[in-house]
Amino acid sequence: MTEMFSNLALGFGVVFTWQNLLLCFIGCMVGTLVGVLPGVGPIATIAMLMPLTFKFEPVGALIMLAGIYYGAQYGGSTTAILVNIPGEATSVVTVLDGHQMAKQGRAGAALGIAAIGSFFAGSVATLFIAALALPLTKLALFFGPTEYFSLMLMGLVFALVLASGSILRAVVMILLGVLLSTVGTDGETGHDRMTFGITSLSDGFDFAVLAMGLFGIAEVMRNLDNVETRDVVKGSIGNLLPTAAEMKASFAPILRGTFLGSILGILPGNGAVLGPFASYSVEKRMAKDPSRFGKGAIEGVAGPEAANNAGAQTSFIPLLTLGIPPNAVMALMVGAMTIHGIIPGPTVMTKNPKLFWGMIASMWIGNLMLLIINLPLVGMWVRLLKVPYRLMFPAILMFCCIGIYSVNNQYQDVLAIALFGLVGYGFIKFGFEPAPLLLGFVLGKLMEEKLRQALTLSRGDLSVFVTHPISLVLLLIAAALLTMALSSGMAKKREEVFTE
Amino acid sequence: MKLPRLLLAALGLAFACQVGAQSKYPERPVTMIVPFAAGGPTDVVARIVGEHMSRTLGQQIVVENVAGAGGTTGITRGAQASADGYTIMMGHMGTHGAAPALYPGLKYDPAKDFEPIGLAAGTPILIVARKNHPATDLKSFIEWLKTNGDKVNMAHAGVGSVSHSTGVLFNSVVGVKPTFITYKGTGPALNDLMAGTVDFMTDQIVNVAPQVQGKTVKAFAIATATRSPALADVPTTKEGGLNGYEVSAWNAVFAPKGTPKEIVAKLTDALDKALDDEGTRKRLLDLGGVIPEKSGRGGAALQTLVVSEVARWTPVLKGSGDAK
Repeated sequence: MTEMFSNLALGFGVVFTWQNLLLCFIGCMVGTLVGVLPGVGPIATIAMLMPLTFKFEPVGALIMLAGIYYGAQYGGSTTAILVNIPGEATSVVTVLDGHQMAKQGRAGAALGIAAIGSFFAGSVATLFIAALALPLTKLALFFGPTEYFSLMLMGLVFALVLASGSILRAVVMILLGVLLSTVGTDGETGHDRMTFGITSLSDGFDFAVLAMGLFGIAEVMRNLDNVETRDVVKGSIGNLLPTAAEMKASFAPILRGTFLGSILGILPGNGAVLGPFASYSVEKRMAKDPSRFGKGAIEGVAGPEAANNAGAQTSFIPLLTLGIPPNAVMALMVGAMTIHGIIPGPTVMTKNPKLFWGMIASMWIGNLMLLIINLPLVGMWVRLLKVPYRLMFPAILMFCCIGIYSVNNQYQDVLAIALFGLVGYGFIKFGFEPAPLLLGFVLGKLMEEKLRQALTLSRGDLSVFVTHPISLVLLLIAAALLTMALSSGMAKKREEVFTE
Repeated sequence: MKLPRLLLAALGLAFACQVGAQSKYPERPVTMIVPFAAGGPTDVVARIVGEHMSRTLGQQIVVENVAGAGGTTGITRGAQASADGYTIMMGHMGTHGAAPALYPGLKYDPAKDFEPIGLAAGTPILIVARKNHPATDLKSFIEWLKTNGDKVNMAHAGVGSVSHSTGVLFNSVVGVKPTFITYKGTGPALNDLMAGTVDFMTDQIVNVAPQVQGKTVKAFAIATATRSPALADVPTTKEGGLNGYEVSAWNAVFAPKGTPKEIVAKLTDALDKALDDEGTRKRLLDLGGVIPEKSGRGGAALQTLVVSEVARWTPVLKGSGDAK
């Protein structure tokens, strides 16, 4: 314990220089900005800014780049809440209740609770990393392909809980998502699958393309259906910050979200993606009246946002202690570190203690800065909603196009968001929700990979999934969740029958 | 009559401009296509080398990451770009050596569709195994591989990746057929290697050196002629008694076919200066990279390398993806 505090003291000592504080601030500002712009994600930004950091000390450079990453998580929730576009897989859930709250004139409360929840989660996650970084890395090594597959299967069951409408429709959307994830080159044989000979499909669909098309473009089209009656914030904007009652309702979800996000963020293989989904389904399960979810429940914003930010931070653990980047942004951080002559791995902590603890300390400072940057901005963002839609939608469309082009530098992606926009519009018209599709898409890729690895390792023996204890436990949880989801689905149906 | 004369004049003017442009090249930033995601080994080499080349050229070299299909998406785009010296690309062992064997529909010929600028840096290949592996050196490891046949699990980062190609070559040189476990990228493969779920893999030193130093994986040999200063304890394959397995994931700069000779010469010179610069060298060496000697630099040497690499990989890799 004393060691932890002396380590943190070392870290804060590193951060508290004018240069590093300034770099941290710039990182957070830039991060918030790119997070708010739909599509311009942290990946493109960090890639673009990486050369600029050549001149800095490695610590300062990494503090800034890390700031961009978690700053973007903050900013991303703003776009999710205000314009219904999830910039990243982790903000898909925020869209569900956050945008509903905005439509009811409670945008300020949604943004406020997202900022407060994120700050709390960020602070706890900093301590969490400081105290448990080393022992927790062992957890990552317990997760082989078998355990991973079961974890992802559990994730798909979470997707069912997400659905506010019919279970059957959610299942259809999840399966469609899994199906879309199989498009592209087969990893094991190198053959193209379902690409119809189109070269740009050989790497499959990009998450950003799907998300922006299905949510962003489709939402714009839906709004254009009835511009006059667009229901976002007409007269009063409402409170800029959450009320005492809302804070009270959010307290426990934030705690639970922080816990779930911190744990899942450590898992390599992008476990952080599951954090917000897990938090949402837990909150929906625990709520007295689950039917409020999807209609603007503040718990549905508070918990997942906390989980999101906690996971964003703990996902640095596998990078800094094992040298394994758990997601694309972290892979980029590896590049940034190697350019500065630091190769992330088990030796970073002993060889560069100042860098390691400096980065961790900077996360807490960064979170504090984000809170200070974001809370006063809430009012400004909310006012943005008053901009007439005929001015706003061309801007949204333009940013979507620029953003998506910046991801892979391919014009085909811009065409693809238009196509998925049409598809998404169809979904809305026929009453299908796109969120389960996205989760199916994200998890489908990982599931296929892990399933094939697990079965190759066991030489085709399916029983490994129940003989590995962790895998068995995860499968049992999934089965229990599924039973609950189905039974409540049945109950809902009966209710509908009775009301008719 | 008036129009054609005007056209002719315009053409002449355009031509004059072009000649002028060549002698003044570069007048605007140069795009360097890196056919992999930002942050990977090729990207890092491109950015380190590109930074110094920018200083020599007096114009910024902007890295554009166009990832996909084992790097061939980006290189295809580069090969088709206008040959004015403002688009160059960082190719590597895969895109200009292994790709013809792996991608039957490849839209470029590595040896014919480019103006070679020069070799930038190579990263040697390491043979690494789980840390609790019973073998003590390369010899006993190969014994073990032979005794255990297809019970052995070899990890690789996907068909077309460096770890896949070099792994296939290793197996064919040693004469073993382990079971392949396919991952997407080195990270997850390394995770399972550290956990002991898979037995071994071959990969670039920059990806695995920290784990070797941290003793979370075991390195049996490095596939170069001499040991690497970054991992001085690790013997070479030859020292370990294995001949015919010297392989490095080289990175080299190319321009599209037809780029004016003058511009190619300027770029070759800028690359050469970068590779002589102390700071740049140190950065590359810290990564475990190998910097080409004077004799290995320039377009002619690179052209020879490309031809020999295509000849080397094609028989080994042909159909390797679906051979299982």
